[in-house]
Amino acid sequence: MSPAEEQALRASARNGWLLSLPALVVLALAASGPLLIVVYYSFLTANDTGGVIRQFSIEGWRSIFLSYDIFEDRYTLADAHLKIFWRSVWLSLTTTALTFVIGFPTAWFIATRPPSQRALWLFLITIPFWTNLLIRTFAINEVIRNEGILNTTLLWLGVISEPLRIVYTETAVLIGMTYVYLPLMVLPLYATIERFDMRLLEAAYDLYASRWTTLRRVILPIVKPGIIAGSILVFVPSLGAYVTPRILGGGKKMMIGNFIELQFLQGRNWPLGAALSVLLLIIVMAALLVYVRVANRDRSAGHG
Amino acid sequence: MAERGFQISRLPGFATMAVAAFVLLYLPIVTLVIFSFNASNSVAVWGGFSLHWYGDAWANQAVKDATVRSLVIGVSASVLSTTLATLAALGTTRRRAYRGQTLIYVMINQPLMVPEVVTAVALMIFFGIIKVATGYQGLGYLIAAHTAFCIPFAYLPIRARLESMDLSLETAAADLYATPWQTFRRVTLPLLAPGIMAGAMLSFVISLDDVVITEFVKSGGQDTLPTYMLGQLRRAFTPEVNAISTMLLGVTVVLLTAFFLLTRKRD
Amino acid sequence: MKRLLSATALLLASTGLASAEGKLQLYNWGNYTSPELLAKFEKETGIKVTVTDYDSNDVALAKVEAGGSGFDLVVPSANYVPIWIEKGLIQELDLSRLPNHANIAPEWRDVAWDPGRKFTIPWQWGSTGIAVNTKVYSGDINTSAVFLDVPAELKGKINVVPEMNDIVALATMYVGGEPCSEDPEVMKKARDALLAAKPDWISMDYGATERLSNGDWAASVNWNGSTMRVRLNTNGDVQYGYPREGYPLFMDSVALLSDAKNVDEAYRFLDFIMLPENAALISNFARYANGIAGSEAFMDPEMREAPEVMIPEEHKAAGVFLPTCTGKALDYITAIWTELQK
Repeated sequence: MSPAEEQALRASARNGWLLSLPALVVLALAASGPLLIVVYYSFLTANDTGGVIRQFSIEGWRSIFLSYDIFEDRYTLADAHLKIFWRSVWLSLTTTALTFVIGFPTAWFIATRPPSQRALWLFLITIPFWTNLLIRTFAINEVIRNEGILNTTLLWLGVISEPLRIVYTETAVLIGMTYVYLPLMVLPLYATIERFDMRLLEAAYDLYASRWTTLRRVILPIVKPGIIAGSILVFVPSLGAYVTPRILGGGKKMMIGNFIELQFLQGRNWPLGAALSVLLLIIVMAALLVYVRVANRDRSAGHG
Repeated sequence: MAERGFQISRLPGFATMAVAAFVLLYLPIVTLVIFSFNASNSVAVWGGFSLHWYGDAWANQAVKDATVRSLVIGVSASVLSTTLATLAALGTTRRRAYRGQTLIYVMINQPLMVPEVVTAVALMIFFGIIKVATGYQGLGYLIAAHTAFCIPFAYLPIRARLESMDLSLETAAADLYATPWQTFRRVTLPLLAPGIMAGAMLSFVISLDDVVITEFVKSGGQDTLPTYMLGQLRRAFTPEVNAISTMLLGVTVVLLTAFFLLTRKRD
Repeated sequence: MKRLLSATALLLASTGLASAEGKLQLYNWGNYTSPELLAKFEKETGIKVTVTDYDSNDVALAKVEAGGSGFDLVVPSANYVPIWIEKGLIQELDLSRLPNHANIAPEWRDVAWDPGRKFTIPWQWGSTGIAVNTKVYSGDINTSAVFLDVPAELKGKINVVPEMNDIVALATMYVGGEPCSEDPEVMKKARDALLAAKPDWISMDYGATERLSNGDWAASVNWNGSTMRVRLNTNGDVQYGYPREGYPLFMDSVALLSDAKNVDEAYRFLDFIMLPENAALISNFARYANGIAGSEAFMDPEMREAPEVMIPEEHKAAGVFLPTCTGKALDYITAIWTELQK
């Protein structure tokens, strides 16, 4: 590498840091930085009246995996915790898949409207989200309840003979989360599809590719950045979802978000809550890193 | 949608799916709007037409203040986070990999990775210390917190847009002796606009929705619409909140129409 | 950009002015403060009260403890008052500045959590019992068996409010123990009773007023004030049961924060709400009793006669103020609750 090239590279890296710096400062002050407090708290002793006692302890971390069974007076594997973790992961993955299945055609539809209409359609996607999350969730509940619009319509059409019981089930939580997170999938997808060169399709069809092959071999690889962005935006927040499972699930089954909240509030076990949060953070970060690596490798392989 | 002859971009079933998605999106909203005109104080059982929830909402100073506060925070957070995210996206894409790039990426996305309640507790403790030390208790904390957690929501669509953008136009501009700033203003920014718009809308909506962080960070007299509603959750919801939501929707639709007509003229 | 910045600065400055003259910051449960009461107070004293909401004792406690929130008055529940006192977050009241202090009803003066009422002034009190639609189930409703040994008619139709302390306490008393028990045998029985009953519950949710009224639920563990509204909505179909095995009572009381800035205004407010006609305004809004002697005369007639608000003599003995569970007792309760919702 010539010195000039090297210098250009260094300048590019410096500019990269400089451009990102303002965002990083805000994040350090109002998001990531304060989280260090949580890491610190996870190694302290719980205070029964809320908060922590400044005394080192690993009880918070131990009780994630091994719960001291106060009934049997021995340590057992914390199967309740594992169950809650597993449910959260499963529901979040399904939500991501569902938002993609619904969101991709929707984003495609919007991106293929005449340019003057696209902004309008985009707005149409976000308008329902101008109403508050709590209200929206309650409204969904009204739609799916036994006497709600959905059941009334289906009964009237004769599709079903008695009302479907959806309220307070995992299906209800899935419907709710898909609803809530749909724009987080549609918008990034739209942003990439909109740039998609439709002449590529023409080329594909000219080469006798079927629509399905075109979709799989031409469209999906090109809009992959959008898919990645959308999946992260949907999967990660739904892991920590709190309002939707609480209201639509009828509060009978917790997700991680609810469980962590229980520790910080009614349970008054801040170190356990803190340790759970740090663990969740580590898992998500690891997944994200792997994802980024794989995505980058794919890209360089694709171009190289 | 009416068919317009052969369209290369048409994929079978996609339009149907999209229309179905829109219908489903609006179904709960329509219910909500209808029940805001309900005479009885139920949010689910119809008791005749009435406007009295609008009267109640209008007369309720707490609700009005909370709505205005939500909008102020939402607009500030959305403008700030989109600006910061655009810069960060330009700094992290389309250059040769450099040391720390992944770190920046992870840091920017960090607010997405922990349940809100954790960030909320951390911010409560941290801001509590600052509030005591400085005596300042204003909206600044809420705006800062909202800006921070909105950054990833603004960043990801902008980044996605940048990544799929064609470099050749910018190279062409540079070849024609445009300064980097001119290239950015005249070429990059317009091309990037849809991504920025998506990011701004997302972050505004996300800010407008936030309950948990706001609940923990707010000082005296800083209830937003969501925290006001959270306070009602245990007791009784009245169609008053439906009425507020409907009014907000109304305002949105008016603004949207105006915006749409204005931009159309310019084309 | 510059204009934006200066506008933001202006906004920040205007909202930063916390304690000007004639202002008071009340931190209270959502939808719990009568706007009429505040309007009357402002008219009489010129003091403008700003209400900020919370929805859980734990959030309120954690926030005030974190510091700098700028509140003057807070309304914790009885079992949390000792924690607030112990942590030094609320200050002892100068009773000489509260001439109406004598209006506190005798039974609410020497309470376990605040003997002599030196720290807190009654706001509202009530109970957690069981609301049952008697059209669906006509059996005995004055027992926790309604939700712990669900009768066939109510299976899949009964809701349980997700209040950890209340629910575990109800179950503990149902199996013959005391709230905050540390006896593993008792707690095991309570856990088993809850786990066995859970499949019969439709949900663990709030919003009982609405869903009992519209028939989504046929019964619910619920608060008395909410049940009264439902009874009025349903023409008496829904009745309120007081479990004879024991049921929790609660009282939320107003306390003056140690770092309050508007202390004089706060005293005026505290004295103001101890006048019977003003206390009645609080009750008429949120539908709970208030603890000020003579306020009944100013309450809505439907409240004066409500069996949910005025506890019938035969049910009084079973009501218990829950202590603040700590240590092992709290561990048991959280473990049971996690098990219940896993």
